[in-house]
Amino acid sequence: MKRFGLISVPYLWLLALFLVPFLIVLKISLSDTALAIPPYTPTLDISQGWEGIKAWWIALDLENYFWLASDDLYWKAYLSSLKIAIISTILTLMVGYPIAYGMSRAPDEWRPTLMMLIILPFWTSFLIRVYSWKAILSNEGLLNQLLMYLGVIQEPLVILNTNIAVYIGIVYTYLPFMVLPIYSALERLDESLLEAAEDLGCSRLKAFWLVTMPLSKQGIIAGSFLVFIPAMGEFVIPALLGGSKTLMIGKVLWEEFFSNRDWPVASAVAVVLLLLLIIPIVLFQRNEEKQREAEK
Amino acid sequence: MRRLSWFNTVSLTLGFAFLYIPMIILITYSFNAGKLVTVWSGFSTKWYGELFRNEAFLDAAWVTLKVAVMSSSIATVLGTMAAYVMVRAGRFPGRTVFSGMIYAPLVMPEVITGLSLLLLFIAIGLDRGVLTIVLAHTTFSMCFVSVVVSSRLVTFDQSLEEAALDLGCTGFEAFRLVTLPIIMPAVVSGWLLAFTLSLDDLVIASFTSGPSSTTLPIKIFSAVRLGVSPEINALSTIMIGLVTVGVIGASLTSKRSIAKRQKDEQEAII
Amino acid sequence: MSDAATAPVSVFAPWEDAQAKPLIQFQNVTKRWGDFTAIDDLSIDIYPEEFFALLGPSGCGKTTMMRMLAGFETPTEGKILIDGQDVARIPPNKRAVNMMFQSYALFPHLSVAENIAFGLKRDKQPKDKIEARVEEMLSLVQLNKFANRKPHQISGGQRQRVALARSLAKAPKLLLLDEPLGALDKKLRQDTQFELMDIQEKTGTTFVIVTHDQEEAMTVASRIAVMDHGKIIQVDTPSKIYEEPKSIYVADFIGDVNLIRGNVTKTSEGHASISWAEGQSELTGIARSEIEAGAVATLAVRPEKLSIYTSRPKDQTNVIKGKVLDIAYLGNMSTYVIETASGETIKAQVANTRRIQRRQITWEEKVWLSFTDTAGVVLNQ
Repeated sequence: MKRFGLISVPYLWLLALFLVPFLIVLKISLSDTALAIPPYTPTLDISQGWEGIKAWWIALDLENYFWLASDDLYWKAYLSSLKIAIISTILTLMVGYPIAYGMSRAPDEWRPTLMMLIILPFWTSFLIRVYSWKAILSNEGLLNQLLMYLGVIQEPLVILNTNIAVYIGIVYTYLPFMVLPIYSALERLDESLLEAAEDLGCSRLKAFWLVTMPLSKQGIIAGSFLVFIPAMGEFVIPALLGGSKTLMIGKVLWEEFFSNRDWPVASAVAVVLLLLLIIPIVLFQRNEEKQREAEK
Repeated sequence: MRRLSWFNTVSLTLGFAFLYIPMIILITYSFNAGKLVTVWSGFSTKWYGELFRNEAFLDAAWVTLKVAVMSSSIATVLGTMAAYVMVRAGRFPGRTVFSGMIYAPLVMPEVITGLSLLLLFIAIGLDRGVLTIVLAHTTFSMCFVSVVVSSRLVTFDQSLEEAALDLGCTGFEAFRLVTLPIIMPAVVSGWLLAFTLSLDDLVIASFTSGPSSTTLPIKIFSAVRLGVSPEINALSTIMIGLVTVGVIGASLTSKRSIAKRQKDEQEAII
Repeated sequence: MSDAATAPVSVFAPWEDAQAKPLIQFQNVTKRWGDFTAIDDLSIDIYPEEFFALLGPSGCGKTTMMRMLAGFETPTEGKILIDGQDVARIPPNKRAVNMMFQSYALFPHLSVAENIAFGLKRDKQPKDKIEARVEEMLSLVQLNKFANRKPHQISGGQRQRVALARSLAKAPKLLLLDEPLGALDKKLRQDTQFELMDIQEKTGTTFVIVTHDQEEAMTVASRIAVMDHGKIIQVDTPSKIYEEPKSIYVADFIGDVNLIRGNVTKTSEGHASISWAEGQSELTGIARSEIEAGAVATLAVRPEKLSIYTSRPKDQTNVIKGKVLDIAYLGNMSTYVIETASGETIKAQVANTRRIQRRQITWEEKVWLSFTDTAGVVLNQ
């Protein structure tokens, strides 16, 4: 009985505020746009009880999805989000792995400090960290000032308001999410394994490829998902650093909702995005559960 | 003692430079006398003064703080319960769904979470305001709390709870007198995490806030969308400063308690 | 004749007394998890003030039995009675049973004194009474000086004593000890065994101890139950378990033993003889009535019961001929491994009572082993 209570409170909360909202999104994505408040029909009338809820679910069609398929803005945005998310995940891994590796090889007494230095940005505002690049990347920004001063370039590079700025923004803000899981995998790695590999005839590099990399695989997988999945739906970074040509689906959804006030289409955009993400999310969850089992 | 190879030294140096230089620049230019944040024109603290005279920012900060305290507190209770369920409840019908609902919000794009919650609030006729933001923030941050607390619970020696039962505790007493005090550090860090997530959130708050409940991130976003502003630099510096003091303080405290513990353990052997 | 029958009446042996009322009764208890049977139709009585050991390899069900007594598991079938009362529906916190955990399970956030007081406080006893009891328990385990320390500030041996004091503080009828000495090093373990016996005697509590260490069980227990695969194979006093094992499993599990397989040639007056190898004379040992002539049986004889000779001994019933294969010098004794002509190896242990043996036995030397006809036991397959 007590167990039932313990389970049901968080369960019901998440059902009501996480799962049910998705059903509503699904429902509204199948509704018609209307010039009303809220801007879709039919609307839910709870006061009519069960009848009201039933009436709300009738009269649905796939019109909004046909709209998504017919307008190439949307599928271009999905593809471009996918491309940006994949490239920036790879970049984050390339930047993050050496940091995590260096941390795991650092002397014991440094590690808490290094750990703190990685976690500190994680606690500071995401928005502020994205914003901090604006002053660096703009045409008259500090990076261009520096490069021109050094004589590397004559004309300022246009970085801000391009996809490159978006990549930099994603790598920068999501770096701790990549470093931490890899570091915790590498930290557990017993150094005598490497010595054993070398003893058995591996070169250092080969030992790294054959021992270190496979054993940090779970950390790499976890870190990649933690970057890839939210990056797919990222809004703040393309909104602040990207340009008008930067197409990302999070931004499209936002504009559909706040600028065009087309709620049914915004909902359809969200449903398709979720469908695209459901496989990586399930894989991520499996990976986490597996790791939890291994720790037991 | 182990020494860092040149490769590791270089990668750590470059990595941390990449992480910290933008923030250092941001902080530096908050003390710039000029309006431009790319040209240095002398030291000044005038933007801090401007900031504290800006009523709109102060109001938004107050709303944000209220939301963060409320949502992180509820999220800590719910998240700890959820962690307990995940680690201890064993099998029950719908466990997979439950575990999915715990992990999915961790990575769910905020635009989706925000949109879906907004549509829920409108469907059930709940007016947007502080309450709706609190509900929204609680929902996603309880999952973070749950992950933090459950990773502590996994390593928790279950025989401690059994010992408490054996000595006459009821189930709840065993939790209150034994489990909770021991997992408290994890619960506290869960709360802090939930608190900062709430402080930081722009997207979900944008969807679920009403006209009278603008939060600080919403204010900052609309200010910086157009360009850089020294006032925002000043605000950012204050926020970064608070976090830095907090994180360094916390890590020093934990370092000291670890050192004390090691000393105690050594003395115990003698 | 058994030891108990010849012993004076004052010896503690309630299991011999038909009038004695058992404290714990397992009645046909079975515990299953899915397909796995942890406890298989097990019945046993344990008497008040016993120091009872459950001994067996890991996974034999001994821990499950203990957890059922504590109330952390319930039997799938059968009944467990404590003091004549069925405990199936009594939760762990309502049982007059306390447990000392293998990991000690000391609450790390509470001091030694607070740990000991923990159970007393749950009973809502008055404060001065609790304090007095804590003081008493601290003296019992000689830890008064450490009352205000936290568990991580004391040594492993001290932690073990705190755990013991905490579980005894509520004066339970029954104390369960799950591998209580497993975490201690060998020397400390031996000292603690005697301390444990001493405390058990002083408090008069019934102790049930779970252990996989046969030496520990032999040292502390009044009776030992040897378990395997959810069943009790034999329950007896330590000496009987050692000297008169009822099965090959028990003989082999406890201590070192030579197992010699052969055919029973004759049986008489509680003895049986087996022929076991060509060119070797028959061997005789004690046997129970179910051993019949013609059957295959095993003679179990402990290495220290064997004497070793360099020439064929006279007037001995049991003689084995062979050559020395290996010698292990262990300080207080030496073990000789003898190989017979048919390729069997037999161990003999000889106490090194003198500093230098008069005549050293060496490798490859021809030797004769012998033992009396009460030294070995003939057992069914």
